[in-house]
Amino acid sequence: MSAISGGLPAADTPIARKESVRTSLWALALRRLLQNKLAMAGGIVVALMFAICFIGPLFSPYTDNKIHMALMNKPPNWKHWLGTDALGRDVLTRVMQAGRISLTVGLASMVLSVFLGSLLGAIAGYYRGIADQIIMRIGDLLLTVPSLPLLFILGALLSEWKVPPEDRMYIVMLLLSFVNWPGIARMVRGEVLSLREREFMQAATVLGLSARRKLFRHLLPNLVPLLIVIASLNIGGAVLSESVLSFFGLGVMPPTPTWGNMIDAANNLIDFQQRPWLWIPPGFCIFATVIAVNLFGDGLRDVLDPKQKR
Amino acid sequence: MRDLLTIENLRTHFFAPEGTIKAVDGVSLRVREGETVCIVGESGCGKSITALSVMGLAAGSSGKVVGGRIEFDGRNLLELDKNELRTLRGHEIAMIFQEPMSSLNPVLPVGEQIMEPLIEHLKLGKKAARARAIELIAQVGIARPEQIANAYPHELSGGMLQRIMIAAAISCSPKLLIADEPTTALDVTIQAQILDMLRRFKAESNMSILLITHDLGVVAEMADYVVVMYAGKVVEEGEVTELFSHPKHPYTKGLLRSKPILNHRQDELYAIPGQVPNPLELTVSCYFHDRCGQCMDVCRSREPRLREAGERHRVACWLYEEAVAYV
Repeated sequence: MSAISGGLPAADTPIARKESVRTSLWALALRRLLQNKLAMAGGIVVALMFAICFIGPLFSPYTDNKIHMALMNKPPNWKHWLGTDALGRDVLTRVMQAGRISLTVGLASMVLSVFLGSLLGAIAGYYRGIADQIIMRIGDLLLTVPSLPLLFILGALLSEWKVPPEDRMYIVMLLLSFVNWPGIARMVRGEVLSLREREFMQAATVLGLSARRKLFRHLLPNLVPLLIVIASLNIGGAVLSESVLSFFGLGVMPPTPTWGNMIDAANNLIDFQQRPWLWIPPGFCIFATVIAVNLFGDGLRDVLDPKQKR
Repeated sequence: MRDLLTIENLRTHFFAPEGTIKAVDGVSLRVREGETVCIVGESGCGKSITALSVMGLAAGSSGKVVGGRIEFDGRNLLELDKNELRTLRGHEIAMIFQEPMSSLNPVLPVGEQIMEPLIEHLKLGKKAARARAIELIAQVGIARPEQIANAYPHELSGGMLQRIMIAAAISCSPKLLIADEPTTALDVTIQAQILDMLRRFKAESNMSILLITHDLGVVAEMADYVVVMYAGKVVEEGEVTELFSHPKHPYTKGLLRSKPILNHRQDELYAIPGQVPNPLELTVSCYFHDRCGQCMDVCRSREPRLREAGERHRVACWLYEEAVAYV
C-alpha cells in the first residue's frame, strides 16, 4: 500500500508538535489541581495526618497501653504533650494509634464501597434490563432506610453476637461499605448510561470490539475521574461514620482506640469541663481530616469531573 | 462484477408513543464489488438508518428491522447472531461517521484505537498491532506517525481525526466501507483530501464504498451509482452520469437545481419549497406530492412503484407511468 502514501498530500501540521505541551488529560488535570490552593492545603493536611498517625507511634515511648495509676488524668506536660487519660495512658500516642484505625477503616471502607458501587453501577448501566432492575432496586431499598439507624441495628447485633473486639474493625468496614455502595452505584450508573450512548462507543461497536473490551478499555477509563472524586469525598464520610458508631459504642471497642471511642470515653461532665485534653485532640483530628478530605475532593472534582468544567 | 451487498425491501421502523415512524420503508439497493454507491437525500430521509441497519445497529430500544433482507457476501445479516455480527463488523464491513471529534475515545491515544480492531480481528500481538497502526497512520497521510500514535484526540484537528477514523476502519482491509457523511464536519480543502484518499484506497484494495451524503458535489466526485431517498423510500436510482444528465424525478431535478454552480452567479439559489413530511402523518401517496411542481391527482392517493426508466436507471414517479392514462 506504500504507493498510496507517496501520492497523498501532506496532512495539516499536527498541533502536538511543541514537546512541552505534549500532555495527556491527566497531566493537564494535575497542573490545574496544583493551582488550586484550597485543595492543595486539604491534600497536604490529609497526607500529614496519615504520616503522623502511621509513623508517629514509632517514636513514642508509651505504646504499650499499660495502665499507670500514678499518672491518671494528668494535664499536658513535657512528658505527656497532650496529657494522660483516666488510666494513665498517653493521649497523644493514643490519638495517633486511633488515627491508624480510623483512617484505615475510612480508606478500606471507601475502597470496598467504591469497588462494589462502581462494579454494580457499571453492570446496571451497561447491560440495562433485568440486571439493572435487580441491582438498582436493592440499592433503592438500602437508600430508603436511613443509614444511621441501620448501622445502629447492625452494630447492636454485633454486640449481641459477641464478635471479638479485634475483629470489630473489619466488620465496621464491611458495614460502612454495605450502606455506602448504593449512592455510588447510582452515580456510576448515570454516568455509564450517558457514556454508552456516546458516539465513540458506537464507533467501538462498529469496529467489532467485544463487550469486555468496550466495557474495560473504553467505558472504564472515562469513569476514572468520577471514581476518584467519589472516592476522595467518600473517605471523609467513612471516617465520620466510623467515629459516630464508635462514639455510640457500636463500632470498634476499647481498648483498641479510635477517635470516636476516645471522645466517648470522655463523655461525662467532669471530663468535659475539666479535662478537655481528653476529647479535644481526637475531635480536632476528626474535624481536620474530614474538612481536608472534602476540600481535596472538591478540588479534584473541579479538575476532573467533565460536567463541572468552567 | 459480483454483488457484495444486496438490500431487499428493507423496512426499519421506530416505535414512538405517538405512532410508528417508518424511517426506512421498503428500500432495495445493491453494492457490487469495487463499486461506490451513494445514498443521497435530505436530513431525516432514512439514509443513515439504512446504513445502521446494515451494521445491525438500528435495532435499539425503540427501533426494529421489521422486514426485508440484507445479504452480504452470501450471508443474510439479519439472521446472524450477535457474535457472528461482531466478528463481521470492523473486519469485513467498516463504518466511519460524520463527527470525527466525538467518534474517538477522548481518554485513549489514537494509536491504541487503531490497534484494537487489529488485535480483535486479526489476532495480532501488541507489538505487531502497533507497528501496523503506525504504518496505517502514515498511509492516511499524516506526518510523524510515531508521535501521532501517542497523541490524544483533543490534540489533533478534525481532518486528522477523520484520517485516524479511516485508518482504523480500513485496518482489517474490509470488503465494504460505509461512510456516513464523512466530510460534512470538515472544511472544504480537507474534504477533497479525504475523498481523494477514500478513492485511492478503494482502487488499491477493490473495496466497495457505501457513501451517505447530502452533498451532490461529493456524489459527482465519488459515486458510480446513486440512490436518491426521500421519506424512507428510494425515489430514483441510476448510474451517476445518467442520473446527473437525465434526472427524472422532480425531487432529483430539484436537488440538482439547488446546487450552486461555480462561476455562475445567481440572484437567488433555487430551493425545493416546503419541508420533509412528518413521518407520523404519511398517507398512501407519493410522499413528495405537496412539494412537487408537477403534482397530479393520482400522486395524492396512490404510491408510485420503482420502474425501469433506462439502462440501470429506475424512478418512482407517476409522470413516467404509462398506467397513469388508465387511472
